[in-house]
Amino acid sequence: MDHLQTYLVIASLLFVIGLVGVITRRNAIAVLMGVELILNAANLNFVAFARFGGINLSGHVFSVFVMIMAAAEAAVALAIIINIYHLFHTVNVDEADELKQ
Amino acid sequence: MTTIIFWLLAGFTLAAAVMVVVSRRLMYSAVSLLFTLVGIAGLYIFLWADFIAVVQIVIYVGGITVLILFGIMLTNRIESVNISHDRVQMRYGLIGGSGLLILLLIMIFRTPWQVLPAVEPASTIDVIGRMLLIDYLLPFEVASLLLLAALIGAATLARRKR
Repeated sequence: MDHLQTYLVIASLLFVIGLVGVITRRNAIAVLMGVELILNAANLNFVAFARFGGINLSGHVFSVFVMIMAAAEAAVALAIIINIYHLFHTVNVDEADELKQ
Repeated sequence: MTTIIFWLLAGFTLAAAVMVVVSRRLMYSAVSLLFTLVGIAGLYIFLWADFIAVVQIVIYVGGITVLILFGIMLTNRIESVNISHDRVQMRYGLIGGSGLLILLLIMIFRTPWQVLPAVEPASTIDVIGRMLLIDYLLPFEVASLLLLAALIGAATLARRKR
């Protein structure tokens, strides 16, 4: 718990789990959850580097910005998903293919 | 003792994250996501980031998870109790994910990280506040503008057109 590598390994595991979720899930909200996991992995890296870089709190400030981004992204994404649901009566990402000919 | 708690917390976080991805019921995924976010807040406390841990609880657990739960309830008919959903491209996802993981692990363990010595600060809030309003004032204001735009945009998008 006092090694940088421990946190980096945990963060990369979280990142890969989120990425697999984004790739393999069909439901758009489940894809959004994968994106949240990826953002959290990035945040964990920021804070870990801040801790082991001699308490450089720029990492903390950046993780606050990432959280603000995540909140805005989740709100807009859910609004879009609700619109897709009204249009297609499903939120599966592979069935919303109106642009495909 | 602390080491045991740390590894329990890390294992709990990762197990909940796996549950988010593999659970067949969307509602269980959302609740697992909540546990993952709480676990990450615990990891922040181990990293001496008290303010970030509290912000994580307030924004993620209190805000985003509730938003996602609302999204699930609004986009699924209530009579379909077990909101199951199948997975696609499992093979490609696993191959790509494990390949990327191996690459990341090689990078992590072969890089000579330069770790600076540090003592635990009494509190990080005053320094973060100073940085937000002095060094990072412009990004801070831009973030507030972004939140305003996201608020208006989400409200406009989610409203049903007459």
